[in-house]
Amino acid sequence: MTTTIANDPALQVLIDRVHSARAAGAQLCIRGGGTKEFYGEIPQGEVLDTRVLEGTSSYEPTELVVTTRCGTLLAELEATLAKEGQYLPFEPPHFGDPEVDARTRGATVGGMIAAGLSGPSRAAVGSVRDHVLGATLLNGKGEVMTFGGQVMKNVAGYDVSRLLAGSMGTLGVILEVSMKVLPMAPATLTLRMEMDEKRAIAQLNAWGGQPLPLNASAWWDGNLILRLRGALAAVQAARTLIGGQVVEPQFASPFWTGIRDHTDEFFTSAHAAVAGGAALWRLSVPSTAPPLGLSGELLIEWGGAQRWLCTAMPAGAVRDATARAGGHATLFASRDKTPGAFAPLQSPLDRIHRELKKAFDPAGIFNPGRLYPDL
Amino acid sequence: MNAPIPAAAIAANERAGRRAEVVAALSDALPAHALLWQREDTVPYECDGLTAYRQQPLVVALPETETQVAAVLRECHRLNVPVVARGAGTGLSGGALPHALGVTLSLAKFNRILKIDVAARTATVQCGVRNLAISEAAAPHGLYYAPDPSSQIACTIGGNVAENSGGVHCLKYGLTLHNVMRVRGFTVSGEAVEFGSEALDCAGLDLMSILVGSEGMLAVTTEVTVKLVPKPIVARCIMASFSDVRHAGDAVAAVIAAGIIPAGLEMMDKPMTAAVEDFVHAGYDLDAVAILLCESDGTPDEVAEEIGRMEAVLKASGATRMSVSENEAQRLKFWSGRKNAFPATGRLSPDYMCMDSTIPRKRLADILLAIQEMEKKYGLRCANVFHAGDGNLHPLIMFDANDADQLHRCELFGADILETSVHMGGTVSGEHGVGIEKLSAMCVQFAPEEREQMMAIKRAFDPKELLNPGKVIPSLARCAEYGKMHVRRGLLPFADIPRF
Repeated sequence: MTTTIANDPALQVLIDRVHSARAAGAQLCIRGGGTKEFYGEIPQGEVLDTRVLEGTSSYEPTELVVTTRCGTLLAELEATLAKEGQYLPFEPPHFGDPEVDARTRGATVGGMIAAGLSGPSRAAVGSVRDHVLGATLLNGKGEVMTFGGQVMKNVAGYDVSRLLAGSMGTLGVILEVSMKVLPMAPATLTLRMEMDEKRAIAQLNAWGGQPLPLNASAWWDGNLILRLRGALAAVQAARTLIGGQVVEPQFASPFWTGIRDHTDEFFTSAHAAVAGGAALWRLSVPSTAPPLGLSGELLIEWGGAQRWLCTAMPAGAVRDATARAGGHATLFASRDKTPGAFAPLQSPLDRIHRELKKAFDPAGIFNPGRLYPDL
Repeated sequence: MNAPIPAAAIAANERAGRRAEVVAALSDALPAHALLWQREDTVPYECDGLTAYRQQPLVVALPETETQVAAVLRECHRLNVPVVARGAGTGLSGGALPHALGVTLSLAKFNRILKIDVAARTATVQCGVRNLAISEAAAPHGLYYAPDPSSQIACTIGGNVAENSGGVHCLKYGLTLHNVMRVRGFTVSGEAVEFGSEALDCAGLDLMSILVGSEGMLAVTTEVTVKLVPKPIVARCIMASFSDVRHAGDAVAAVIAAGIIPAGLEMMDKPMTAAVEDFVHAGYDLDAVAILLCESDGTPDEVAEEIGRMEAVLKASGATRMSVSENEAQRLKFWSGRKNAFPATGRLSPDYMCMDSTIPRKRLADILLAIQEMEKKYGLRCANVFHAGDGNLHPLIMFDANDADQLHRCELFGADILETSVHMGGTVSGEHGVGIEKLSAMCVQFAPEEREQMMAIKRAFDPKELLNPGKVIPSLARCAEYGKMHVRRGLLPFADIPRF
């Protein structure tokens, strides 16, 4: 099946909105399901609902490529892929009310790309960015442009489509995106063992250097949970080598979903603490960084490279400690956003960011201040 | 039709005056031996792996330290002199072709491996370190650097970053972009800049996405941190023969449809097989119309299981003969022909032009048959190697560059392959880059506003447009001219005049 967005009447609606915003000097807040509204700086501008442009434009399982419009529900895309035994390997999160079923919470494909967040398997399989093959973008001049394509290898011109992953909608409206998908692995197994933080970090990195099908990891409160995924023979061999207790699939599957969607016990408590004035930080550090010694509740993912910290510590202290470890700290959820959601940029990167913003959106229409207050 | 402005076309006195000015400015920045401008010294830099186009650089600078790189850039920026960064010069699209009024910045002396971090599985190296040297340094730790372009014994990591180089294992292990964590370098004005980090992401926009593959147009790379991956315990390869191109193409889709992601999946056509067999004597089936190399890696049990599944799929797809490598020596022998496809072709013909486009996998047979028709149309031979798993083609068009008409027909043949690839839903460059070779083809793939958006990105990094100017993004005028020529369907008027 192949359909093109050029014939979709919703496309013209979006283009017209950009032109009229430009004429009126107005600003637009690009919004899909709104499940990540809490993320980044505070949304500003008139809402531009991307859900008007929805549906899968083309999907051919033997090409391992799916092309989907921005407003398509992430859950719907995942269901389409699952019918063919395929999936999005980077496990994008479905945020929103945990009381509501994940399939109806409403995260969209456009929001998945714009936020650029990946789930538990990211260290093993790559990020959202790594799976983008092409994208069609509506820029600030109201021009519809396609970059990349529907093929695995493509170096014709700058790779603008991947730049959109994590751009928080500041460069334009992501209208359609082509992604690389993969067949589901034949075997998955979850193991649990007790281990302190320091040893868990060292052990995860040691395993990472061996040819093991280690797909995801989570350490919290003295417990290390591992997910193996791959060929049956490889998973069985790794299980013997790694040891630990097997977590039965009926418990393992919801556990990983809870980590992915931030609905498990750690994140539920963190959200409660945030409501009470604490902050939830996402610390992105080299996987080998030793324990940072910051006070608060800690959950470690990605083989040590992503550490969630729920704390009342001052932002400066968290950011400094993370930077010293070679990483950056994102103020993921907090009532007080004054420290800035994302770690500040140094020169010349800050200047390049401002110039790039102008190159895509010269009138500053899209998601003003959502990534950085002056961008 | 993609040829550069000949240096002769620029007034000799203008060039000499400019050269004196640039040499004087750079003399303070570099030791005397690191600055070349006499013709006999600059000749080795007149082209890269795309030898059909040559240009004398104004000056060649060979800095040895980052301080010198910064100083060269600062001076060139002040004098508005174009800068073309260069690694090993193995690129196949003319990305490192010199600028007649510019400085070629050779980074060959940045050849040190700075750190292999075994625990973090990363290597930090200077930009001039060869691709294969990284894997060799990591090998004692059971690790390697995954992207393996055919030129890996010679090409540098800095050049790989510039081109987003691929190789034969991309479907499973990704491109350069997927394996680079951090790039240190300098902006056009000589400011130090760092993209990415040793963490898995960094704050702000993902600038690494556009830096990798930007062909030296956004910044100059001096240091790179790459990801290392554990070496699989074992790898085995199936060599399968097909008597029909369509069966071979369908077999590629069937392998993927079976839920298998091969470590490598390559195709060679009959002329290519004959050429490489003569060169490496690997025991290829010379009667086959197409040969597939299909590789599995992992634990011994895992590989045995996957090889069994692959064999069943290939057999069902019509493979006429199959052999499976029984040991590492045999596996390397299977690959030796594929890895030597270019030199083997070099023995058949005085010159060859290596094309590089990507199409959806399902169109493999269609494009191969179309290329066979083009051989008749342009009166030139073509041998084909495909990264079939990625749908990435490398037709090698054979010609004699001393015959102007053959070069001209070769260019038309190449352009026809690229345009056919775009029409089949593909792209004009899979892994070799656009450089100068595919400027006209970019007019076919991208609309004016898309090309202008790319130019705007370049200006965000390089407002004076001094870094490798004239590459990758064709001007509006050039595309208008190409469009006019296009109407004539391959019959170029005034083929001897330079076109920019």
